[in-house]
Parts: sequence; structure tokens; C-alpha cells
Amino acid sequence: MLVFAPKYKKKVEGTYMRNRDLSFWLFLAPVLIGLGLVVILPLLYGTFYSFTDWNGLTASTFIGLDNYIRLFSDTQFLNSLWFTIKISVVTVILLNFFGLALALIVTRKLKSSNFLRTIFFMPNLIGGLILGFIWQFIFVSVFDDIGKLFGIEGLQGWLSTTNTGFWGLVILTVWQMAGYIMIIYIAYLQNIPNELIEAAKIDGANSFQRFKNITFPLVAPAFTVCMFLTLSTSFKMYDQNLSLTNGGPYESTQMVAMEIVKTAFSANEMAYGQAKAVVFFIIVAIISLTQVYYNKKREVDM
Amino acid sequence: MKRKTYIGEILALLLGLVWLSPFYLMIVNAFKSKKEIFMDVLGLPEGFETSNFVEAFIDLDFVNSLMNSVIVTGVSIAVIVFFSSMAGYALARNKSKLSSVILLVFVGAMLIPFQSVMIPLVSLFGKVEMLNQAGLIFMYLGFGSSLSIFLYHGAMTGISTSLDEAAIIDGANKFQTFRHIIFPLLKPISMTVGILNVIWIWNDYLLPSLVLGENNATIPLKMFYFFGQYTKQWHLALAGLTIAIIPVIIFYFFAQKQIIAGVSEGAVK
Repeated sequence: MLVFAPKYKKKVEGTYMRNRDLSFWLFLAPVLIGLGLVVILPLLYGTFYSFTDWNGLTASTFIGLDNYIRLFSDTQFLNSLWFTIKISVVTVILLNFFGLALALIVTRKLKSSNFLRTIFFMPNLIGGLILGFIWQFIFVSVFDDIGKLFGIEGLQGWLSTTNTGFWGLVILTVWQMAGYIMIIYIAYLQNIPNELIEAAKIDGANSFQRFKNITFPLVAPAFTVCMFLTLSTSFKMYDQNLSLTNGGPYESTQMVAMEIVKTAFSANEMAYGQAKAVVFFIIVAIISLTQVYYNKKREVDM
Repeated sequence: MKRKTYIGEILALLLGLVWLSPFYLMIVNAFKSKKEIFMDVLGLPEGFETSNFVEAFIDLDFVNSLMNSVIVTGVSIAVIVFFSSMAGYALARNKSKLSSVILLVFVGAMLIPFQSVMIPLVSLFGKVEMLNQAGLIFMYLGFGSSLSIFLYHGAMTGISTSLDEAAIIDGANKFQTFRHIIFPLLKPISMTVGILNVIWIWNDYLLPSLVLGENNATIPLKMFYFFGQYTKQWHLALAGLTIAIIPVIIFYFFAQKQIIAGVSEGAVK
């Protein structure tokens, strides 16, 4: 053993895993193969196919940019893109409002703080598909009944129009995700030193002033995180869309993700669906990269 | 001052009740007959129709779908935790440029939305006859490993290299070092990785809908078929939804602290 000890010692002092070590690659092999076959290869394949007329079965011919040209004059696609943008913007604003509000409520020294945290977070654990079905019942049956009972016309016929479908999706998403955003804000709120708040109290600042001048500026970084997080999540929404409105009435509440699924697997236009998917990827990537950029910038500023 | 906190407490609890009201409406109406729902959706049920649940339980083939969900989620989590921790370890213990590039590729892959790769993915896996449970689990490894490796890599910085050193001097090979020394120390982050992946894999609908047949449908998939059958029969649909949620509530009840801590850790990073 002693003979070998110096050799090991040397290895240990350098790096444990070197590029030429077989073990380094063996440790990485499963995930590299996984990522390669599940994400990278399909992405390359898909980008290539988006320039053809592939339908999933027969051999395909190269048609250049035709799919992309068609896509930008496809009113159905453009409508769904516009609808997705509108949903995302409204959802992002409301989610951050509710997320922060809930975080402020449960970080006050209430007896029920932990219990409330549990409740607000709960919808997050249940899938969007199931929650969408529950809310379908609420919008279609419960809203209707309450509307009839009190003679409120605005509560009747929900999900049967584009507008109520839109707000239905917004309410569902905000209710589902606010607890998640709340958790992020709580993490930031708890980093605020208590002495600051106490000092402000002694100086006679009321609770609104304390929020405006201490809490808000110190929680501001969380806004960037939450804003982009909610933006990319609501942009990619599918399950809730499927179970709540299924795109109806007349495909007017169809978001981009569902549009891609339907083009590819209902209309069997694989290549055209993939062209939509590539555009979708570019948009989501831009959103996410902007987030990374802002986060890095913020870290530097701090 | 005291009165003010009292009012605050009550208002907060009221908001909590509003937040729970969708579940209340689901449960009370699941116990009503079709006619009763038509008459009154808000009130408590008169006769507690447990037959709704029996029928929904049978139609959902619940034992079977629960087993399918448990198998797919359970095996996927085991595979993700095991392989991602190995990769996170290897990447953290190699300080070369190549190692950072590989990590960057995994992190970068998180930017790719599922819908952008699903069409060729399903087509490719279909060609090699892998549209089944095993194929689905492999796909979850591909989609789930990025964030997991990132979290493990971050956690590795807190584990001193002197531990590896000691193990190697004692004659352990690299896998033994990892398995017996490093992996146990990564337990807290393994919890986080496990929880974050359970939440999305258990609830995932779109991928199983493209990969699995009706025979080995998971709960969300079965729920979708089931709901399609009972669109106008809310009493059955709601009973089915209630049943489908029960496993999640049980999980939440027992692991609530870990879940909230895990989600918070995963989100802030």
C-alpha cells in the first residue's frame, strides 16, 4: 500500500476528476445520454424538420422557409400568440401583487401564519389539469347560480365567451401560483434586518412608510426574479388551458402551447407545428436570457 | 394595538377560507346527487351520496392509475437523484474548462421549453418502440436532470475535498467514495431535488398523454379521459377529482415543511 500512496496523493492534490479519467465520463454518461437523446437531438432534428414538409410518416422534402412564411400570415397562430401575451402580462402583474400581499400577510406575527402559508401554497402542488376541471365547475355552475341568485348578469355564462375564458384562465393561474411566488417573496422579506424596521418605528414611521421606504426597496430584487419566472411559466401554460377552456369558444382562448400540440398531433402537420415550436422556443429563450442578464447585473450592483 | 392584531388575524383567516373555497365547493358537491347540485351548489349536501365516490373510483380504475403514477414518479425520482448527484459530483470535482462548459450546457437546456422538442421527441422514441413507461422515465431523466445537476453542483462546494482524499487513501475507488462518503452528505439537497421533481412529474399531463396508452395511464391522464366521459355529470366528475387529489394532500400533510423549504430553495437559486 505504501508504494502506491504517493501516486494517490499526487492525484488527490490535483483534481479528483480529470477530463481524461474514464470515471469522470462514467459519472456523467447517464445524464449526458439522457439530455442528448431527450432534448438536444430532438431540438436539432426538429429545427431541421421545420424547413421541410414532414408529416411524421412519409419522407419529407426540403421546402426552405415556407413554414415560417406561412406562420406569419396564419391568423390562428398570431391570435394565439397575442392571446398568450395578453394572458402572460395580466397574470404576471396580478401574480406578483398577490404573491407579495400573501407574503406580507404571513410574515406578520399572526398566530395562524404557518397555517395560512400551508393553505396559500397548497394549490401549487396539484396539477393544472385537475385544478382547471375544478374551476370549470366553479365558473360554469357556481358562478351561474350565484349570478341567478343575486341577479348579477356578469357572473352568468362564464367560459362561453372569449373574455370570460380569458379571465377564467387568469383567475385560475393566479390562484394556483400565488403561493409559489409568496414563498420567493418570503425568502427575501426574511432577509430584511429587523433592526431596520425597529429603528424606523422608533423614528415614528407608520406601517405604510415602513413598507414604502424599507421593505419595498429591499424586496425589489425579488421582483425581477418573480416577474420573469411567472412570465415564462404562464407563456408555456398548457394543462390549465386544456382543462378549463380547451381553447374554446372557437379557438379564441387557445394559447401557443396548445396551438402547437393541435397542429402537430390533431392536424398531423408535424413540420408546420415544429416551425411554430421553434418560434416559441426563440421567444421563451429571449425572456429567460433577459432574466439571466438582469440577475447577473443585479449581483454586480450589489 | 391588541384589537388591531385581532382584526388582522380574522381578515387573514377569512382570506385563507376564500383561498380554500374551490376545494370546499368540490368536496360538498361531490357528495350531492345530480339533482341536488342543480338545485343548490353552495350548501352542504343533504344525503351524503357516497355512491358518487364508488362509481368514480371504479371508473377511474384508481388503484391501477395510482400504481402507474407511483411507479413512473418513483422510478424517475430515484433515477434523477442518483444520476444527477453523480454528475454534480464529477463536475464539481473537475475544475477544467470542459467541466464548466458541460455544466453550462445543462443549465442552458433549462431554457428550452418542452413544447419545442416534443414533436421530434415523440417521433424519435416511436421509431425505436420506446413510447412506454421505460421510455417515459428516461425522458424525465433528460428533462429533470438539468436543474438537479445545477443544485447538486452548488451543494458540492460545501463539501471539503479532504473527504475524498481520505477515502482514496483508505483504498476506496471513485464510485465507492461517492456512494459511501459524498452521497450521504448530499442528503439535504437530495430531498430538495426529489421534492421539486415529484411536484412536476406527478402532475405532468402532456408528456404521458403523448407517450403512454390508456392501459398504463397515470392519474392526470386517466383524469382527462374520465372527465371527458362525465362533462354534464358534475357529481361524478367532482367525486373523481376529489379522489385524484387525496394522494397529494396526504403527501403534503406529512412532508409540508420539507416541501416548502425545498421549493423555496429551488426557486431562489
